[in-house]
Amino acid sequence: MADAELTSPRPVAAAAKAESRNGFWRSKAAQRFRRNPLAVVGLLVVFAFVVLAVFAPAFTNLGRSCLRDLGLSANTQYDYKNPAKPVFWRAVFSPPATCYQIPREGFAAQPRTAEASGTLLGTTSGGYDIFYGLVWGTRTAFRIGLIVVGISLAVGIVLGSLSGYIGGVFDNIAMRFTDVIISLPNLVVALVIVMVLGKSIENLMLAIAMVAWPSYARLMRGEVLRVKEQDYVNSAIALGRRPLGVIFRHVLPNAIGPLIIVASLDIGSVVLTAAALSFLGLGAEVGYADWGQMISFARDWILGTPGNPLAYWYVSFWPGLIIVLFVLGWNLLGDAFRDVLDPRST
Amino acid sequence: MLVFIARRLLLLPVVFIGVTLALQLLMQLLTPYQRAGAYVQSEQQMNRLDEIITLYRLDDPWYLQYGRWIGQVVQGNLGYSRVSRQPVVQTIIDRFPATLELALFAIIPVIGVGIWMGTAAALNRDKFIDQVTRVMSIVGWSLPTFVLGIWLLVIFYGWLGWLQPGRVSIRYVTELAGNPNFRYYTKMLTVDALLNGRFDVFVDAVKHLILPVITLSVVQSAQIMRVMRSSLLDALSQDYVRTAKAKGLPGRVVTRKHARRNALIPVITLSGFVLIGLINGVVITETIFNYPGLGQWAAQAATNLDYAAVLGFAVFTAMMVVVANLLVDLLYGVVDPRIRYA
Repeated sequence: MADAELTSPRPVAAAAKAESRNGFWRSKAAQRFRRNPLAVVGLLVVFAFVVLAVFAPAFTNLGRSCLRDLGLSANTQYDYKNPAKPVFWRAVFSPPATCYQIPREGFAAQPRTAEASGTLLGTTSGGYDIFYGLVWGTRTAFRIGLIVVGISLAVGIVLGSLSGYIGGVFDNIAMRFTDVIISLPNLVVALVIVMVLGKSIENLMLAIAMVAWPSYARLMRGEVLRVKEQDYVNSAIALGRRPLGVIFRHVLPNAIGPLIIVASLDIGSVVLTAAALSFLGLGAEVGYADWGQMISFARDWILGTPGNPLAYWYVSFWPGLIIVLFVLGWNLLGDAFRDVLDPRST
Repeated sequence: MLVFIARRLLLLPVVFIGVTLALQLLMQLLTPYQRAGAYVQSEQQMNRLDEIITLYRLDDPWYLQYGRWIGQVVQGNLGYSRVSRQPVVQTIIDRFPATLELALFAIIPVIGVGIWMGTAAALNRDKFIDQVTRVMSIVGWSLPTFVLGIWLLVIFYGWLGWLQPGRVSIRYVTELAGNPNFRYYTKMLTVDALLNGRFDVFVDAVKHLILPVITLSVVQSAQIMRVMRSSLLDALSQDYVRTAKAKGLPGRVVTRKHARRNALIPVITLSGFVLIGLINGVVITETIFNYPGLGQWAAQAATNLDYAAVLGFAVFTAMMVVVANLLVDLLYGVVDPRIRYA
C-alpha cells in the first residue's frame, strides 16, 4: 500500500491519463498513421473482416441443423437476421457448433455456378456453399488467430519475463530453447505436431501456438531487461516489495506494450499458417467453414470442361481473393505500425 | 576468426540434440504401436508390430528410447516410410535433388529481383519506380503460396494450356525410363539433361519449373526487396557516403562501393529466413504442382500418418537450416568485421 502511494499518487495519474488520451490523436505517431493512405486502407480492410466475422449469421442463410440448434422453426426462421430479436445476438455471440458446418446445396460431384446452384458465389464439389464457407471461415480465421496469439502471448510473457528477471542459467537454457524453435521452419514443425496430436482444428491451433511463442518470449525478455534497470523498479525493490510484486506491479505493465502490438499484428500470419496446414489436409474435417479447406477444394478443379477452360473459375477465385485481401489488410496495417514505431525504417 | 568459427561449430551438436530431443518428447504422446512404425524397414514387418515393440523396447522410459533412436539416426537410419515404400534415408536421397533444383532456380529471382528492384527503389526514392516497387512488394508479400500456386495453375495450365504441373512431360518420363544412355549425374533434371546433351529435355524441364519457381519466389523476393530498399536508404544517409560524395567520387561508385555493400548486410541476415521460407513454401508448392520432391512427400506422409517419414524430414530440414545459418553467420563475419570481435 505504502509504495503504491509513493510511486503513483491517484489524482496525478488520472490527470496524466486524460492528457495522454487527448494527446494520442494529436501525437506525431497517430498523425503519421492517419496521413498514410495505405495504412488507412489496411485498417478499413481489417475492420471490414471483423464486421464480416462478427455478423456472419446476418450475412448468410443458415443451414438446417444450425437453425434447429438455434431453436428456430419454419415460421421464425429469419429471426436471426433481425437485430431486435434475442436470437440474432445469440447467433452472433454464441452460435451452436453446427453453424460452422457449410450447408450443402445438393450433392453434385461437380462445382456449380452461382446461377445454377442458387447461391451467391456458387458451390464446390459436394455442393458446399462457397459464400457461406468464406463468411463463416472469417469467423474461424479470427478465432484461430486470437486463440493462437493469446496462448503464445501468455506463454511468451511468462517465460520471457522469468528469463529476463531471473537471468543466469535459467535464462540461458530458456533462450537457447527459443533459439532452436525460432530457427526451424515453422510450417514443418507445426506439421509434425498436428500429425502427432491428430488432425483437428484445436490441435492445429495448439501446434501453431507451440511454434509462435518463442519470438514473444524473446521480445518480452528484452523489454524486461530494459525495464528492470529503471529507477522506479530499484526503488520498489529498495522499499521491500517482494519479487513477484515487483514483476506484476512494476515490470510487466511497463514491458508489455510493444509485445501487444507485435502480437496483434501477427494474427494475419497465424491465420495464413493455419490456412496452409488446412490446405494440406491437416485442419478441420470436410465441410467445416475454413479458408484453407475452401481453397483446397480448388485443387481438383484446375481444368475446366472441354470448350470452356475456365468453367470452374469461382472455386479457386473467391477463396483465394478473400485470403489475399485479409493478408493484404494485415500487412498494410503492420507496415504502417512499423513506420510509426520506427521512423528510421522509412 | 578461428575462435568465432569454433564457437559457432560447437553450437551445431547442441542444436541437433535440442531438435531431436523435442521431437522425441513429442513422439512420446503416441502409443508404442504408432511409434513402432518408425523402426520398420520393410512392408512385411508392418504386420509384426508386437515383436518390434519388444525387440526395440518401445515401452521403455523415454530417455532410453531417445538414446537408442539417436544412435540409429547418427548411423544414418531414419526408419521406413510407408508412403514412399522405402527407407526414409533412401527417399531423402532420391527426392532431395528435385527439391534442391527447384530451390536453386527460385533463388535467382529472389536475389536478383529482390536486390535489383530494392536498389532501384531506394535510388529513386518517392519517384514513380519507387511507388511501383512498394506496391509490388506489398502485393507480392500478401500472396500466399497456396493461393498463388492454384491461380497460376488455373490460368497457365487450365485456361491457356501453356505449362503443365509435374517435373517433366509424360513422353519424356517414359522415354527416359527406358533409355539406358541417359545417365543421371546429379539427379537434377535440368543439369543432367545438359550433361547428356539433351537440349529438348532441358527445355521441357525448365518449362515445368517456371510456375513452381514463381510461386515459391514471389513472397521471398518481396521481402528481400523491402529490406534492401530500407537498408540502402539508411546507408545512403550515412556520413561516409556524404564524405565520399564530397570527395568528388562519381555517384555510381559511391552507391556501388560505399552504400550498397553496407546495405547488403541486413539482406545477408535475412537469407537465413529466406531459406526457412523456401522450405515452408516447398511443402505447399510441390504439393500443388505435383512436383516429386521432398516437400510433396512430407505433406503426403503427414496426412497419411507416416511418422517415420515426417520425423526424418523434420530432422533433415532442421539440420539443413542449422548448417545454412552457420554459413550465414560465417559470411556475416567475413562481410562485417565488427561481428567477429563482438
